[in-house]
Amino acid sequence: MSEIVKKFMYLNRKAPYGTIYAWEALEVVLIGAAFDQDVCVMFMDDGVYQLTKGQDTKGIGMKNFSPTYRTLGDYEVKRIFVDRASLEARGLTQEDLVEIPFEDFETEEEIDNIVEIVDSARVSELMNESDVVFSF
Amino acid sequence: MSILHTVNKSPFERNSLESCLKFATDGAAVLLFEDGIYAALSGTSVESVVSGALGKLKVYVLGPDLKARGFSEERVIEGISVVDYAGFVDLAAEHDKVQAWL
Repeated sequence: MSEIVKKFMYLNRKAPYGTIYAWEALEVVLIGAAFDQDVCVMFMDDGVYQLTKGQDTKGIGMKNFSPTYRTLGDYEVKRIFVDRASLEARGLTQEDLVEIPFEDFETEEEIDNIVEIVDSARVSELMNESDVVFSF
Repeated sequence: MSILHTVNKSPFERNSLESCLKFATDGAAVLLFEDGIYAALSGTSVESVVSGALGKLKVYVLGPDLKARGFSEERVIEGISVVDYAGFVDLAAEHDKVQAWL
């Protein structure tokens, strides 16, 4: 593995199913997880809809990829953020979103839910701190 | 001449719904489907616009697209009817033409 660790941000701004962006972003996050970088995933604008609980795609004949978000912690993604204003504009609260657990098998650190709702100043700060931003 | 307008884009990302509501005339029907269903949910920043249109337009939302995105019928604005695919076909057949706001 490379010794240079970069801070990656995956920025998600699209709703799931209507376009391929959300699915493609998830694939890239999972692939990127193999490279041992410092990763955070940000959901804003319609991207917050990717995390809604209870998605059931049987009626539209598409693959339901929402359960995969709950496994992100297993891919050593420890930082997942949701923009508060985007949630509020859509009448959503944290209650509407899936919970993503995290467990570090070496240190035995366990976190019940790594989904963190943040304000816009924090979103900007996280973007500024990132070395690379992948936009979807 | 009664038109069925269809909107399949999110009201937060495109102006498809806005244009649809601006040009649809009294008695026309609007069907929200795919990412258009987000406009049918209560508590959003566009709820008042959609509710305001219910006086002159019949508004429908496609149930399978709601469920796929994690929303139950209870989250839908009062006055909007939930339809299935057969209902979509009926609406298309009942109206003189279908206008898609892509």
